[in-house]
Amino acid sequence: MLFGIEWDTSSNLAFAISILPILLIGMWVTIQATVLGFFIAIVLGLVLAALKSVPLKIVSWPAYAITEFIRDTPLLIQLFFLYYVLPEYGLVFPAFLTGALALGIQYSAYTSEVYRAGIEAVAKGQHEAARALNFKSLRTFTHVVLPQAVPRIIPAMGNYLVSIMKDVPVLSVVTVLEMLNVAQIIGDRTFNYLIPLSMVGGLYLIMTLVASSAVRYLDMNLPKRGLPLK
Amino acid sequence: MTDPIIKFDKVVKRFDTLTVIDELDFEVGQGEKVTIIGPSGSGKSTVLRILMTLEPIQEGVVYVDGDMLWHEKANGGVKPAGEAHLRRMREKMGMVFQQFNLFPHMTVRRNLTEAPVKVLGMSKAEARERAEELLDMVGLADQADKFPHQLSGGQQQRVGIARALAMRPKIMLFDEPTSALDPELVGEVLSVIRRLAEEHDLTMLLVTHEMQFARQVSDRVCFFDRGKIKEQGTPEEIFGNPKEERTRAFLKAVLEGE
Amino acid sequence: MALAWGTCDGHTLMHWTEYFGPLMQGAWVTIELTVYSTILGAILSFAAGIGKTSHNPVLKGISVVYIEVFRGTSLLVQLFWLYFALPLIGDAVGIDLRLPPVVAGVLALSLNIGAYGAEVVRGAIQAVSKDQYEAAKACNFTPRQTLFSVVLPQAIPEMMPPFGNLAIQNLKDTALVSLISLGDLAFRAEQLRNFTQDSTTIYTMVLFMYFGMALVLTAIMKLLERNVGRWRAVRR
Repeated sequence: MLFGIEWDTSSNLAFAISILPILLIGMWVTIQATVLGFFIAIVLGLVLAALKSVPLKIVSWPAYAITEFIRDTPLLIQLFFLYYVLPEYGLVFPAFLTGALALGIQYSAYTSEVYRAGIEAVAKGQHEAARALNFKSLRTFTHVVLPQAVPRIIPAMGNYLVSIMKDVPVLSVVTVLEMLNVAQIIGDRTFNYLIPLSMVGGLYLIMTLVASSAVRYLDMNLPKRGLPLK
Repeated sequence: MTDPIIKFDKVVKRFDTLTVIDELDFEVGQGEKVTIIGPSGSGKSTVLRILMTLEPIQEGVVYVDGDMLWHEKANGGVKPAGEAHLRRMREKMGMVFQQFNLFPHMTVRRNLTEAPVKVLGMSKAEARERAEELLDMVGLADQADKFPHQLSGGQQQRVGIARALAMRPKIMLFDEPTSALDPELVGEVLSVIRRLAEEHDLTMLLVTHEMQFARQVSDRVCFFDRGKIKEQGTPEEIFGNPKEERTRAFLKAVLEGE
Repeated sequence: MALAWGTCDGHTLMHWTEYFGPLMQGAWVTIELTVYSTILGAILSFAAGIGKTSHNPVLKGISVVYIEVFRGTSLLVQLFWLYFALPLIGDAVGIDLRLPPVVAGVLALSLNIGAYGAEVVRGAIQAVSKDQYEAAKACNFTPRQTLFSVVLPQAIPEMMPPFGNLAIQNLKDTALVSLISLGDLAFRAEQLRNFTQDSTTIYTMVLFMYFGMALVLTAIMKLLERNVGRWRAVRR
């Protein structure tokens, strides 16, 4: 029994059907962790990207170094670090929040590069044009660069959303009851790992398929303004 | 004229709904040098690409050196050619491309030896020796160890010609060999082709916009228009006294441009 | 437990410099895992990447299914499946499919990274221009000769930067095998933490050790990149 739902081990099919609702509860946690982690990643990534674009080396260089460090170290270790070290400084979060934070931090390194590349690609040609028109710098950014950069940024961000989804099972190590953890618990108690773990694989295929189709749909239906880049 | 080495019999080539080659009948004799001229989109390059088996045909039959090119005989009937048959037929031909299409990751020498060694089974030593001869012939004996991107366009195209010759073809196909070149580099390529035409009994089929050159090297000039040969004859006939209105208009436009 | 230092109150007994011993042991396992799975992953990348561009429907089908399944699911799910679920299939058909952790780990890592690498290989192959295929045909190369003599030598330099990223990804992913009790760096760190409760020091050290390994790996991949693309670097 898990989440108050009993499983039926009379046959493989009955077992699979009876644990599906339990796995779906785990899937819901997976989705929540994905969304929250993604939200943190796009906000933190924007902060990092902004810091990297500051013309002062004393500001931009540490931002680059931090990005590189985050990107080159495993999510699992970052997660353990947050989970065990933060409480030593009095910062105690629920495991789910710590997990989402770890996902957000890991992926902020990637999203910050997406922002930077997207803005740089647009800025090269258009910035000068805008300067020639004598736009003020911020106005140039919000009215000229951003509207062109956003449609290019969104698909890349979408791909990272899918990647985050696939990394959520790592949170099981700090007791988050996402889908894989739930399947593992069922396996531990019934000694049947094959069916729950295979079902998790199948459910993951469906989730990533749906998510990547959504990203592709967005990509094709976003208005592309400005010059095509490649 | 003896049996033609190339023969197109009512050949049709379509890209989707667009007909590029329209029931074409066309023959080239052994050792003949034939130039194809015509406006762009007239299908003249497609003729070469069909021969090199880069583009399949939809109707008709192409014969090369006595064999069907795109078909092969099978239990009394005829079926579309398989890869083995196409490879056998390709041995007879060499092609020089508009954009050179050299292999950028190989030195000039490897560009010339790779296919003879791998495809013809020539020994490395023999292939190298032959490569030296060919490079000498196109005036690039000192460039053998360079990579294509280190050469000028004209030099690259001369390597392209040497590479095609390295396979000992009976028929050489030149697809606008000077169109991608800067004007000052055209001459060196044309003079190589001219020497080839004069000194060898190769059959040569040449698509070009260089009218002066076509006049000098060809035995016969074919004016292509809308997938067909509109008019053909000796260079004197075509350039001196074209009969068709479209030929006259085309030549006038081109020669004024020159 | 490989650690057997003094009493259970490790915090007072173990100086932080003593952490290096077990951590280095773990780091060595991490390096081995990375090397094995990167090599096996590269082989799988080429097999499936070339397979996906093949005209043979069987080869193509197998490649597409492999790529989609391993890119579409989570590495940890794949690892657990190989380690916990596969033996049950073995039971059902009467073969012993219980994999030692190191085999399950290397297999999961390379199957996963290979699926991503396959897309890189396919992309680079398809980016080679049509002109090159035509030139190869005019030289009468067979499709196989075209692939190995003309296409791959031009495609491989294009693959190197994304391969570099995948190698780093793979290094980071090795940390997950600690969850099937393989004694890699992440595993040793967790052991030490259990023993000493000195989380801050241990995890800071471990983060920097992974970072250092990643920097070395990046340098190696850059070197390799320069090596396979030598012909492109020659100037006139």
